[in-house]
This record gives sequence, structure tokens and C-alpha cells, in this order.
Amino acid sequence: MSLSDAEFGVILLSLKVAIWCVAVSLLPAIFMGWLLARREFYGKTILNVVIHLPLVLPPVVVGYLLLVTLGKRGMIGSWLYDSFGISLIFNWKGVVVATAVMAFPLIVRAIRHAIEAVDQNLEVAALTLGKPPWRVFLTITLPLILPGILAGATLGFARALGEFGATITFVANIPGETQTLPLAIYSLLQVPGSSDAVIKLVILSALIAFVAIAFSEWLAHRALRNTGSRA
Amino acid sequence: MLDVDIHKSLGDFQLDASFTAAAGLTAIFGPSGAGKTTVAKILAGLETPDTGHIRIDDHILYDDNRNINVPPHKRDIGFVFQEHRLFPHYSVRGNLLYGASRNPSRDHPITFDAVTDLLGLAALLDRRPHTLSLGEKQRVAIGRALMSKPNVLIMDEPLSSLDTARKQDIMPLIKRLKGEFGLTIIYISHSLAEITQLADNLVLMDRGQVKAAGPISDLLNRLELFPYTGGDDAGSIIDAKVVGHDRGYHLSELETAGGAFFIPACHHEIGGHLRIRIRARDVALASSEPKDVSILNRFKGKVVDHRSGKSGMEELLIDVGFLLTARITRKSFEKMNLRTGSDVWTLIKSVTINTTETDVLHL
Repeated sequence: MSLSDAEFGVILLSLKVAIWCVAVSLLPAIFMGWLLARREFYGKTILNVVIHLPLVLPPVVVGYLLLVTLGKRGMIGSWLYDSFGISLIFNWKGVVVATAVMAFPLIVRAIRHAIEAVDQNLEVAALTLGKPPWRVFLTITLPLILPGILAGATLGFARALGEFGATITFVANIPGETQTLPLAIYSLLQVPGSSDAVIKLVILSALIAFVAIAFSEWLAHRALRNTGSRA
Repeated sequence: MLDVDIHKSLGDFQLDASFTAAAGLTAIFGPSGAGKTTVAKILAGLETPDTGHIRIDDHILYDDNRNINVPPHKRDIGFVFQEHRLFPHYSVRGNLLYGASRNPSRDHPITFDAVTDLLGLAALLDRRPHTLSLGEKQRVAIGRALMSKPNVLIMDEPLSSLDTARKQDIMPLIKRLKGEFGLTIIYISHSLAEITQLADNLVLMDRGQVKAAGPISDLLNRLELFPYTGGDDAGSIIDAKVVGHDRGYHLSELETAGGAFFIPACHHEIGGHLRIRIRARDVALASSEPKDVSILNRFKGKVVDHRSGKSGMEELLIDVGFLLTARITRKSFEKMNLRTGSDVWTLIKSVTINTTETDVLHL
């Protein structure tokens, strides 16, 4: 199976987008997961609903909302363009934004559940041993939720790889710029007689997903082995 | 010196605790629901009282008048919890060293070697907590709290999750660490056996209130405190020295301030000190020296105090060289015509002394 330059470009772009999507989402997702798991505050329910919206809305709607807010004439988009010259439309950064918004609730959920599963008595014990709360978070909470973070990252990665509706609505389907694997497969399907190329991309998608999940399982297993949770 | 005076309302429950604790082991003793653990948490800063103060020497940890409330991690108070709470992702060594950077002074008596040596942890250092037995886990938890070199060490029912054999392994260690490191230990317990063996001082709590505080032997001999110092099991503790073992009769002879005292054979070495607990209900009284009785321990003494107990019982404090409490029926009390100052013989059956209780101090 040989890849054309264009196909290779599609795969590279997809990987780049998925990695960036996880990279930019992870820290905010850890913060959000912690906030939802551990803090009570006014408007928590609303925040929770807003975070989960991309999970329940049709992706096309999410893409449309992104276009309205982040497009060149959108409220935030015009400000970004006028002040910093940043445009998200029709380039790969826009794809990262679209996939990140779609993946965010999945990552937050995985991390939130992991934080809720941490025995808070351990954190209290760490406090009485003289460690300030931020050190307790870094040395106790974070290592204990590592499997949850990995699970969230894997889900986010897979979501970014497969994202279609929000992406195509927000940044369109431009080869070399915004055309990720699913968008490329969709385009090929519009052209008669390209089933070989389609099958090639489908197999590649499956391969990437398989490797990603195997890798994350391996990492999670390593993290768990040390705590004896699955000894 | 730990100086505590705290007040907190929890719904209908009113907590008022005021006491001091110096170097040595101060036990907070009371039934479950007395508020003991709440006091421990307040001391460690894990809960906040409504009013009052907590001081260690000149160092104020909490004072509502001055708006001071030092957070837990800055209090220098170590905490051994009921459950071990070891960090599962650290080795035993990692757990022990977790808080060790708090007070890195060089000439502190608490060192890694001293702690692992005293608690017998040297062979466990590279193990993970989930591979340890319950008793081992609790020993590591004690070591971990010690390694943070606290000013005050709080132990909240540290033995309650262990079976009797494990308790007897760990109690002597607690006694030793008190002696070797000169620590101020606050020991929370509802077990009379534990506190009579370990405590120097006692804070008696019931329904959120401190009923009395002071040296344990004084408090146990106060007749009006019997409802709080064991009820039916209330009694005195006697410090004694082992002077001989009678292998043939399976007895050990102790030397007390009142004379020789025989107990079922214990495992202490001759010359060793131990504390025995004599329940007031196990003491019989006679007006003259009884000759033909089976009871080995007979001491002549004087009634110092007496008091009507519940349901037809009379409780007495008798000086026989040491102070001893006795509980007899009011019928006998009146028939013997006893009053403060009366001469009386006290009889204590050897078999009523629980040597497994005293053996926990065998090192």
C-alpha cells in the first residue's frame, strides 16, 4: 500500500490536529474536572451544561455557533483578527478549535470521574504531613488520577481524529488546510471510482485509532501497577 | 505545652473542650459520640471551632479573638488516623519521607534510622503499601507521622482497625516512641485497656464535654468519675515491679507500694516495671484479716473516701500503701459499719488481673 503525497498530507494534518487538540484541552480539562468534582459554587449546574453541550448538540450546530462567534465577523473572531491578526477560518488552527470544543466534554468527564474516585482522606493526610494544598495536588491527586487523564486524552484524541460535522461547518473542507481524514474520505466518496483510495484511508484511520488506544492502555496499566489498584 | 480551649456547635451537639497536655501521652477517653475525633480534627486544623484558642507554647495555632487560624500544613501537628491512609503510589520509604522535609533540623532525635529501627520497618522499605499487612501498614503510618517531626502527635484510635494480637505488637512501640522521642502525644481512644497501659494523663469526654482532666491514676481513683472511667469496669491502676516468677504455680510476684502482689504468670523480665489494672468490682473487703481464704493478695488499709454508686452499690477509695478503689453492695457496707477512716482489709483475687493486658508492655 503506497501513499500519495496528498494522502500523506491528510494523515499528517489529522495527527497534528488531534495532538494539538489534546494538548490545548488537557490543562483546562483538569482544572474543569477538579472544579466540578471538588467545588460547590453558584452557577455550577450551568457551567456543567455548557461544557456538555457539544456532546448533545448536533456537531453541525456546534460548527455553526463557532462560525458565528469565532468567524471573521463574529464577536470574538473579529476582535482576534483586528487585534492580533489571528484568523481561525480555513486553516488548521480552526480545525483544532473545532475538535477541541467537541472533545472537551469527553476529556472533562473522564478526569472528573477520576478525581471523584480519589480518596480525599489521602489528601488530608498529606496536609497533616506539612504539604501545602498545591503540593498535595501535584504529589497525591495528580498521580492518582493519571489513568483517568490518560483515558480522557485518548478519548479526546479519538474524537479529534473522527470529528466531521463541526469541522466542515466551521472551517470547510480545504485540501491541505482543513481536510482531515474523515473529510478526505467524505470527499473521495463524492468522486466515482475512488473506492480503493477510500479503503486505504479507512484502514489507516482504524490503524491510528488502534495504536492510540493500545498506547494509552499500556500507559494506564503502568500507572495502575504502581498503586496496586489492579495488582 | 499544648493549651486547648475550644467551643463548637454542631446542630444540637455542643462541643466544649478545655485542657492542657505536656510531653508524654495524654489520652482523650470517652464513648463513641463523645466528640473525641472532632477535638483531634480541630487540633490538626482539619475543622474549625466557633470560638476559643489552641496554643503550643507561645505559638498560637487558633485564636478567634485575634483572627488567627493556622492552616493544617503549617501546624506542625502529626496525625495518625484510624485507617492507615498510606499513599498507594509511594513505596514504604516514599511514604516515610513524604513529610520529612518539614523540619529538616540536624540534631533532632527523630531520624529515619531511629524511626525505622523502632517500628521495625527496615525490611519493608521498598515494598508498596498494598503488599503490607494491616499491622505493618499502621506501623508505617505511625512512622510517616513521626518523620515529619511534629511538635504534637495526634493518634486517633490507631489500633481500632487491628486484631488483639496486632494491638499487642504495636502498643509497646507507642509506649517506646513516647519515651525515646520525648513527644507530646494526644491519643484518642475508647478502649480502657489501651489507655490504662499507655496514658500518663487523661482527658475524660462525654457528650461533647470534658468531665475531668489530669494524671490518669488520680482520675481513675475519683469515685464520682466512675461513670466516665469505665462504669462497671472502673478501677485503679497500680505501678509495680516484677520481682519473681513462680514457674511451679505459674504466678509472678510483683512489688508494689503496699507489699507483694501475685498475678498469673506474665512474661516480663525480673526488675521490669508494669502497670496492672484492678477493677473496683474485683476487690473484696473484710473487717479483720481473713486467714482461711484462697485470695493471695491481702492488704490492710484505711477508707479514704466512699460514695453511693448506682443500684445499691457503694464505692470506696482505700489507701493500702497505694490507692485502690472497691465496689461492694450497700448491704455489706452497712453491715461492716464502714466509714471514712475505718481500718479495712482488701482482698484481690490474682485471677482477676488480666495479664494479656499487662503483657502488651513486654518488650
